[in-house]
Amino acid sequence: MATNGLHPLKALLRERIVVLDGAMGTMIQRYKLSEADYRGERFRDWKGKDLKGSLELLNLTRPQVVEEIHAAYLNAGADVIETNTFSGTTIGLHDFLFQGESTRGRKDQEFFQRVVDDVGLRALVYEINFRAARIARQAADRVANETGQQRFVGGSMGPLPVAGSISPDVNDPAFRAVSFDQLRQTYFDEAKALLEGGVDLLIVETIFDTLNGKAALFAIADALEKAGRGVPLMISGTVIDKSGRNLSGQTVEASLISLAHAQPLILGLNCSLGPDEMEPFIEELARISPHYISAYPNAGLPDALSPTGFPETAETFAPKVAKWAENGWLNVVGGCCGTTPDHIRALVKLVRQFSPRAVEATMSYT
Amino acid sequence: MILRLSGLEPLNITPEFGFAVIGERTNITGSPKFSKLILAGDFEGALAVARQQVQGGANLLDVNMDEGMIDSEAAMVRFLNLIGSEPEIARIPIMIDSSKWSVIEAGLKCVQGKSVVNSISLKNGEEEFLRQARLIRRYGAAAIVMAFDEKGQADNFQRKIDICSRAYELLTKQADFPASDIIFDPNILTIATGLEEHRNYAVDFIEATRWIKKNLPGARVSGGVSNISFSFRGNNTVREAMHAAFLFHAIRAGLDMGIVNAGQLAVYEEIEPELRERVEDVLLNRRDDATERLIEFAENVKGKDKTPVSDKAWRKDPVEKRLKHALVKGIVDYIDTDTEEARQKCERPLDVIEGPLMAGMSVVGDLFGAGKMFLPQVVKSARVMKKAVAYLLPFMEEEKSGGAKPHGRIVIATVKGDVHDIGKNIVAVVLQCNNYDVVDLGVMVPAAKILETAREKKADAIGLSGLITPSLDEMVHVAQEMQREGFRLPLLIGGATTSRAHTAVKIAPHYQASTVHVLDASRAVGVVNSLLNEELKTKFDKKLREDYERLRQEHAAKRTRKKLLTLEEARALRTPIDWSTYLPPKPEFLGVRIYAPEKTTITLADLVPFIDWSPFFHAWELRGRYPAIFDDPKIGKQARELFDDAQELLGRIVRKSLLVPRGVHALWRANSVGDDVDVYADEARSEKVATFYFLRQQMQKPPGQANHCLADFISPQSAMGNPQLADYLGGFAVSIHGADELSEEFKYQHDDYNAIITKALADRLAEAFAEYLHMQTRIAWGFGRDEQLSHADLIREKYRGIRPAAGYPACPDHAEKRTLFDLLDAEKNTGIKLTESFAMHPGATVSGLYFSHPDAKYFGVGQIGRDQVGDYATRRREPIAAVEKRLAPNLDYDI
Repeated sequence: MATNGLHPLKALLRERIVVLDGAMGTMIQRYKLSEADYRGERFRDWKGKDLKGSLELLNLTRPQVVEEIHAAYLNAGADVIETNTFSGTTIGLHDFLFQGESTRGRKDQEFFQRVVDDVGLRALVYEINFRAARIARQAADRVANETGQQRFVGGSMGPLPVAGSISPDVNDPAFRAVSFDQLRQTYFDEAKALLEGGVDLLIVETIFDTLNGKAALFAIADALEKAGRGVPLMISGTVIDKSGRNLSGQTVEASLISLAHAQPLILGLNCSLGPDEMEPFIEELARISPHYISAYPNAGLPDALSPTGFPETAETFAPKVAKWAENGWLNVVGGCCGTTPDHIRALVKLVRQFSPRAVEATMSYT
Repeated sequence: MILRLSGLEPLNITPEFGFAVIGERTNITGSPKFSKLILAGDFEGALAVARQQVQGGANLLDVNMDEGMIDSEAAMVRFLNLIGSEPEIARIPIMIDSSKWSVIEAGLKCVQGKSVVNSISLKNGEEEFLRQARLIRRYGAAAIVMAFDEKGQADNFQRKIDICSRAYELLTKQADFPASDIIFDPNILTIATGLEEHRNYAVDFIEATRWIKKNLPGARVSGGVSNISFSFRGNNTVREAMHAAFLFHAIRAGLDMGIVNAGQLAVYEEIEPELRERVEDVLLNRRDDATERLIEFAENVKGKDKTPVSDKAWRKDPVEKRLKHALVKGIVDYIDTDTEEARQKCERPLDVIEGPLMAGMSVVGDLFGAGKMFLPQVVKSARVMKKAVAYLLPFMEEEKSGGAKPHGRIVIATVKGDVHDIGKNIVAVVLQCNNYDVVDLGVMVPAAKILETAREKKADAIGLSGLITPSLDEMVHVAQEMQREGFRLPLLIGGATTSRAHTAVKIAPHYQASTVHVLDASRAVGVVNSLLNEELKTKFDKKLREDYERLRQEHAAKRTRKKLLTLEEARALRTPIDWSTYLPPKPEFLGVRIYAPEKTTITLADLVPFIDWSPFFHAWELRGRYPAIFDDPKIGKQARELFDDAQELLGRIVRKSLLVPRGVHALWRANSVGDDVDVYADEARSEKVATFYFLRQQMQKPPGQANHCLADFISPQSAMGNPQLADYLGGFAVSIHGADELSEEFKYQHDDYNAIITKALADRLAEAFAEYLHMQTRIAWGFGRDEQLSHADLIREKYRGIRPAAGYPACPDHAEKRTLFDLLDAEKNTGIKLTESFAMHPGATVSGLYFSHPDAKYFGVGQIGRDQVGDYATRRREPIAAVEKRLAPNLDYDI
């Protein structure tokens, strides 16, 4: 592929619609792993809480499961796979892995300061992210060699269980459980390990509180500065319901404005909504955003009665998302919770026929 | 290039945006009120200041906590976090204002939107300037850059532009700072100081603005406007004129935004011409004696104030007398300063309340009792009292003292199923004025909640309110519950459909303790005083029981006296309309038409001409017809004042679209079948989609008079010689949305006066909307097209046809609303909700049916007999008991 000195991902984005992978978490659930599987050899005598459900730990204890899922998505045609690090931060994993003293009453900044400073936890989190990047890298490079088609590894940086601009205590609206600096520190550790593990781009995703997102972007800038390199950035917010706002109350355009200073290559929406509910907000982004646009909705709204927990099958999901591509709204597509390699395969097939959205150089949100 | 900022919502300052207003009152260095609140730790009060700036139209909110006495970083963080929990304020972007970088950085860590830093400068050299700029970039904010460098503040044109262009170069070339995120503040400095070197300050600023906009592409210009007029402190007339004139010229030169008191900007064109000329002489440095001439002029306008009360002599009185005067006259303008003065004189803040404030209120109470003051005035007085108490609260909390001991505590509520609360709110205010502690539970309150609160708060009495007839049953239910749970508290009953007779016959027998009907708000205090006073209450209760017993006997006697016609006899006397010679008008459209801002161009302004003002005065217990009421020797002056206040608020509501009209009307194919009217889907009238069931008068009437039923006004399905005479029926539901919210805002500011006016206006607008749509309907029907009706004619309904409403005398059954709402799809089309007892929400809602026949007229169904109730229940396919429950007030017999 001739790239004329451009980053190969940028070159690909000019050429066609880029396809992301689908869900990791709901795929892992299919393996029905037990507590012993999660612990593996290494954590067999773990003294803390049960580890079942700590998906990121599998990068260390069941790397073959993670790699199999990556391979399935790559074989389905995904151009970009995301590392299994959605909650891979000290704060994101503290419920499972923090062994310091727990707190009496509400968790506050004093508590989270101990979490983000905990030497053992930080070392473990580094290892998790570094390993996750390596696993994805290997899978991507192997399939790239087999197919002759370049594949990319996106370092996934998901949300945290705490928010910087929302009080968890209704009786104390000025209270914040976590500070901006703590958010920065926890994201910095993750970004640094992912970069050292060899990811091609960083993906800050499922941003439900823009202040958390801003802290992650601040941390990424710090980490890149320290590493002395640059990688493309993808930012993905989440709109919690039809109101068109995130959990902390911002509209799509307001959060776009709040995050644009990081100069992302790609900006879009994921999670929370299925394709039906997400449509108006993708249309809005297509109208106003100066960045490449990504969309990877859930396979519908959670539905306990359907076998996967989500109602949209590959056959119903793909045409809905592909319609946005047909409308010229999109540059990057994929799936979030409840999507599978079948969903991605169906998407690849449908979106190949449509041209990507052209980004006008004159639009500026920075 | 666009300057893009955000709070919860975006703010895109495009070249076409116009001047952006930065609210300045949340600045501790510039606003004494805000400063006082923050120093007292009253962050709630401080939030109210922020809210007021947003409501005043601020596009951004400047927040400054630079004060030596407090931890500015902590205060900034706390205040911004609190704002984050107030969506109404957090909507707009924040300007984080401090002279200390650490405070700015602390603020940047709290806001999720894209804010503006105010400010950075070259004061401490290039290195520090660039370091801060790069950090701001990383935090994702825009920045104000002051024209200030290592040598100091730029005070002339050349220095201003030199510093700004140097800063621009540094930012864009070395800090990767987008030009569109740079906002220059070339320093607005005080003029008219008497010093020669200050004379050109305004001109220098304006010219520097022009230069920056031309030579530094993308950059914006802002400034702190009130600085300019600092020499005229204390003379707001001159200061506001200076601000308005300065902005006029600076904006034309390219000023993009300014820090101003949002909501208090004068209009350039409205400045008195002579003042404007002298102000501009000073601003534009047009003549040597400009300052002297403005000072001379200022002396004369000093003392002129915006308050309508021109006589200021009372301001010279001692503070106790001033407080009394303010309370009696309802003047809020000086209440904070006067209360503060009184507080300093008294030992404890509580003494101010128990001393001068209560003394003033007792004068108000006496005057009201003697009929020398009227409700609107009392509510205004209450507003003054509430503001004074609100001012004292932080001090009282400080010394942890309790409040003044009230005479008693009353729990009041609008009962379950009902949403009307104007009267209840007035009663609450009046009781509060008279030192009762009122726990107002609001509307739609279930019995259990009322009882639980009364027990928990150790109430001394309970007051129930309701407007629609089903509320009467709910009141009976509450009384029964009180009895069952062994309550002994007096029970007060009020509201438009309640009556002494109903209370005596239907409610009082269910409850052992005193149960009193209160006719209107002005009686409430007297009744409560009597009930709670140890000496009076026995006598009062005895008299009450005797009165009510007499009412019950009269009621029983009435039952046997008047005999009703049988339903069959009444039907024989139906309204005589000769259908053989009548051709019903055919409307130009059938089905539903929606009127809402997003569907049509309907605005509040369209409705104002249709307002019938008389009921507005009745809500305030001022009896009379508009406009003659203004000439009434007793209440004319008060009515005029109330009307003026209402007009002012109405103007604001209309201008800013603070309320939203939503309505729907429809026309359907319809024919009567007996006492019912069937509605059809098709032209052949074979497919029936709904039936309206009506009731017929059964009272004995003089010979020659008919016993009406609404069905009489629609042609029968098979009329004589003209089968299937094609007639039509109309329906409507209109509503004014937003009154509850707006009213809550006023209450939050301790302004019950405007809170109540808001709701009364919403009611008037809803009625006006009904009138407006009725006219549209008559036009659609054809016969309305040539109407030439004056406002008075409309109010007197001098047009063809009627629009009776369910729950009113011609159609007493509220359940008909369900049918109407379904046909109109009203809940979806207008957002109006129907409660289980058929109250419509929001409260300012009107619905009804349109009849087109020229002989159609309003009437009251009155008492009906068992035979009609049975027949009606059969037609509706409902149990008799359900019908009897709804129609209880109309039953000629006891159930």
